[in-house]
Amino acid sequence: MNGIHDMGGMQDMGPIQHEKNEPVFHAAWEGRVYAMERAARAWDKWNIDAGRHGIELLPPADYLRMSYYQKWLARTSELLVQRGLVTREEMETGQPAPGSQKGTPALTVAAVRSGAGNRGNFMRPDANARARFQVGQNVRARNINPLGHTRLPRYARGKAGTVARHRGLFVFPDTNAHFLGEQPQHLYSVRFAARELWGEDASPRDSVYIDMWDSYLEHA
Amino acid sequence: MREARCILGAGARMEKKPIDRRGFLKSAATGAVAAAVPTSMHAQDHEHEHDHQVVPSDPALRAKALESLMVEKGLVDSAALDALVDAFENKIGPRNGARVVARAWVDPEYKKRLLNDGAAAIAELGYTGEHGEHLMVVENTPKVHNLVVCTLCSCYPWPILGLPPVWYKSAPYRSRAVIDPRGVLREFGLDLPEDVEVRVWDSTAEIRYLVLPERPAGTEKMTEPELAALVARDAMIGAGKVSPVEGAKA
Repeated sequence: MNGIHDMGGMQDMGPIQHEKNEPVFHAAWEGRVYAMERAARAWDKWNIDAGRHGIELLPPADYLRMSYYQKWLARTSELLVQRGLVTREEMETGQPAPGSQKGTPALTVAAVRSGAGNRGNFMRPDANARARFQVGQNVRARNINPLGHTRLPRYARGKAGTVARHRGLFVFPDTNAHFLGEQPQHLYSVRFAARELWGEDASPRDSVYIDMWDSYLEHA
Repeated sequence: MREARCILGAGARMEKKPIDRRGFLKSAATGAVAAAVPTSMHAQDHEHEHDHQVVPSDPALRAKALESLMVEKGLVDSAALDALVDAFENKIGPRNGARVVARAWVDPEYKKRLLNDGAAAIAELGYTGEHGEHLMVVENTPKVHNLVVCTLCSCYPWPILGLPPVWYKSAPYRSRAVIDPRGVLREFGLDLPEDVEVRVWDSTAEIRYLVLPERPAGTEKMTEPELAALVARDAMIGAGKVSPVEGAKA
């Protein structure tokens, strides 16, 4: 989706605000929101890609105006309803539906402390998918504009690069975000020259490395 | 959580203007955020929602109300939330990454392993966890400077750097790091000579990046813990260098 989240290459967003001695959370509620998303995701009703897409679907003006954890709060609230852990009525009243059964939290203190509650890794070495590209090969990022979730940034589409590394088989976010399965693909680190991306004014030495799934690429 | 009840029940705020949980949570379930749903590969249903401009007026109260609801439904355990927050406020942060860097500076064999398989070498020091499953360490040299960004969201190597600072997640950094990395670095006080190659790493997948900064001159006699104390967070993102004087203050 060509959303506001895909901001690589935009200009005039203002100066970078660097805060000295920045706290991890600027208010207690930010930490609670962070932790609620982690604990809710332990129910396995959504995955990291669906969570990212939930934030991407915020209206663009809100996306720019809301703070980071405000966006998390909106996203987690909505996913809880969409994925059936909380009803819309419960979200509106703030009370469990009368007669509803109380569950047992999916994430325990022990699991947090031991790391057992952490998400797994994203490599799927046993998946059956062919690697169409190899290190050193010239490739081009496809010009695709899907309406759903994708991790192929707009600024790279149609641009030529070189495969710098082959990373192996990884979960494919474009399907995983929509609960259409992990459908693992080979992942590559692709080097794009700054001049290919931004034109003659860019430094001839500089480059951007982007991690790209197999289906994002074509032979160049 | 104890405080949630307190604020929702009889806090000072409630005396001035009574608000019930319904008010806090309603906007989360309606209006703009109703659009925040992955439904299909063709997200055509949400355009009509864009005219809503729902920005939570008091996210602190909404967060408390949501936590109370989730606890009452048995979805989350407040003590587990406490533990998640405590981990990032008190245990996990850039000090972890600084130890990795210092080890690489004093131990050439470790550095080799670190550059070859970042996640495995970092796990040797006990740092593992979410957003650290797949790690690549990129080395700064006098001729190459690396800078890490996530243009699409906020991907960051949590187990070694903690949660990302606000500037890293902000529109100004995410937008310009790829198109004008040298200008961005100047904003951080780093003016790179033309003959230095800048490599920007856009974290579009689950690979997380750590920059191994150059070891500054004049540190030959320092111990590993002394070296670690010099390494600040920004240098491990590539948004700075390690200098003994500045690092010692940090």
